[in-house]
Amino acid sequence: MTTLSDLVTQGRPVEAHRPWPRAIVDAGVWSLAAEDLRDGRLCLLGLWGDRSAVHMALLDEAAGGIAVLSLDCPAQRFPSVSAVHPPASRLERTIRDLWGIEPEGAPDARSWLDHGRWPLIHPLGSATPRSEEPRPYVFLPAEGESLHQIPVGPVHAGIIEPGHFRVTASGETVVRLEERLGYVHKGVEKLMEGAGLDHAAKLAGRTSGDSTVAYALAFARAAESALGAEVPPRAQWLRAVMAELERLANHFGDIGAICNDAAFPLMLAHCGVLRERALRTADAAFGHRMMRDRVVPGGVAVDLADAGIGAIRLLIAEARRRFPGLVQLYDNTASLQDRTVGAGTLQPALARQFGAGGYVGRASGRPFDARRSPGYAPYDRLRLDVPVRREGDVDARVRIRISEVEQSLDLIERLLERLPVGPISARLPGVGGEPAEGAALIEGFRGDILVWLRVGADGAIERCHLRDPSWFQWPLLESAIEGNIVADFPLCNKSFNCSYSGHDL
Amino acid sequence: MRKHLFEGIIRAPLTEPAPSPDGAALTELANSLDRTARRRLGGSLSIRVVDAGSCNGCELELHALGNAFYDLERFGFHLVASPRHADVLFVTGPVTTNMREALERTYSAIPNPKWVVALGDCALDGGLFAGSYACVGGVASVIPVDLHIRGCPPPPEKIIEGLLALIA
Repeated sequence: MTTLSDLVTQGRPVEAHRPWPRAIVDAGVWSLAAEDLRDGRLCLLGLWGDRSAVHMALLDEAAGGIAVLSLDCPAQRFPSVSAVHPPASRLERTIRDLWGIEPEGAPDARSWLDHGRWPLIHPLGSATPRSEEPRPYVFLPAEGESLHQIPVGPVHAGIIEPGHFRVTASGETVVRLEERLGYVHKGVEKLMEGAGLDHAAKLAGRTSGDSTVAYALAFARAAESALGAEVPPRAQWLRAVMAELERLANHFGDIGAICNDAAFPLMLAHCGVLRERALRTADAAFGHRMMRDRVVPGGVAVDLADAGIGAIRLLIAEARRRFPGLVQLYDNTASLQDRTVGAGTLQPALARQFGAGGYVGRASGRPFDARRSPGYAPYDRLRLDVPVRREGDVDARVRIRISEVEQSLDLIERLLERLPVGPISARLPGVGGEPAEGAALIEGFRGDILVWLRVGADGAIERCHLRDPSWFQWPLLESAIEGNIVADFPLCNKSFNCSYSGHDL
Repeated sequence: MRKHLFEGIIRAPLTEPAPSPDGAALTELANSLDRTARRRLGGSLSIRVVDAGSCNGCELELHALGNAFYDLERFGFHLVASPRHADVLFVTGPVTTNMREALERTYSAIPNPKWVVALGDCALDGGLFAGSYACVGGVASVIPVDLHIRGCPPPPEKIIEGLLALIA
């Protein structure tokens, strides 16, 4: 009996939930799960609100299992998880902001996404009109001699998404960074309520534009799980081709941008060319540079023609010709390594505690990749080695991306070689009278994206929760920057490249 | 590094010819841009970008404008770090209520004469996010807009077309 299945059997199972079990538990079991999280026996995948209920998705890394525990909250309160497990803190503040459900005993009573400016309070819960004026946000104190604060944002100097960073420095050294996010909160989850699957899929694809394929895929797979739909093999393989093209384009962009923030624009220029070639290839193969709205529930919206396959093969050849020289350039430039090696170190213990996904986790010793575990088609049919490093610095996060570029090039080649023939989409079966629930965990370029949804008897979305990997990466940036100089903040931040929009929803 | 720099000299440039400005964009602009201002700016524009709730797709395409294929700076367009240095404000996103004040303050920090370009379908009317409790919906409902560039996100050549129309 594993830790997770033990918790699940103590609750009442929900039959309509797929593919992982969901159980409605009492407050005692809920708190036991929180203690398992605290002790590192389980990893938090998500924590979100619902109508008079809260859900938490849990991963048992040792046994490879995933389950959702739910707690009914008729009194609009639940025992706080963050009281013993800090990674839950911002998620609980969000539940309070959006639903008005109170995490009892939570250490942080401040609002998170709600800046006091929405016309409603608890927009997903009671949705009552707001009467009070916004109150100033209180940042955590940093005390000591000759400390000074630097407020940065929400509008930044470059072309960056908005967010506020409150840096407390002693001379040039950062002693505390506190993030304040929520500026790009668009109310995606409220817009999802009552939306048909096609419309909801489009919303999901606009949660974080750089991961539009990954989000559309996560949404589609969750919906397909809920409805018990079978997706044709060709569609599954084409989805993977798109997902890997998206990963390639983003990693090219990131590697260049990180080096640029270390005052080495030559890499940005060359990586920018590779990124542009990847986007143009996506356009030629799938009809959109970012492949937006190309993954749909039931399959994919466009087939891949021979000309598209040719374009992708050309891209792979070009990347293989150019990329090794750029890796060599990175390796051989001492002034660049001087900035990246040892900067912004994230301790492996923190990466594990927060369940950090993507290159952030893998550069700090956490070998998690949703393509391998829990795994999904067609990756279950392909060999996939997950690159891991333990240094946890900017350099390690660059090198993980370099390995993943090489891996994605190989993957795309193998996907094209074995691309099945047949239809590219299937009609979705209807909901059988009762609401159906589904979940999916998809590896985007940034890390694992969780989508959980409930489809009503009328076929419209009743509730959809989208959890960006950034939720478990943003807080770690606050730790990684400690002791670094202020001037290295952009470099460290870029090496994390968390999504503001994906986080703010 | 020498190898890469040397190759850069001997290889043919990747930069592509400029697209021709689109007629509709030109007409929209003719009303808001007068001859004097054009003379004063000398065919060069400084651009400041504010993300007012975008999904970050538009930002990716704005970044692409700087790559070797589009090379925005050859037209005299510069992306600047401060609104005080800007002639043009680019705004993306459906204007979230949480970003409204920051957008208004950025706009008022830009010296006159100034123009606003709303980039992307969200910036036009809120796009898919229109009607949300958390979005104002469309840049024009917050600050005056001189040019809309549509698309989700608009590809780089569309953005350049719009910008060329601005200084034509």
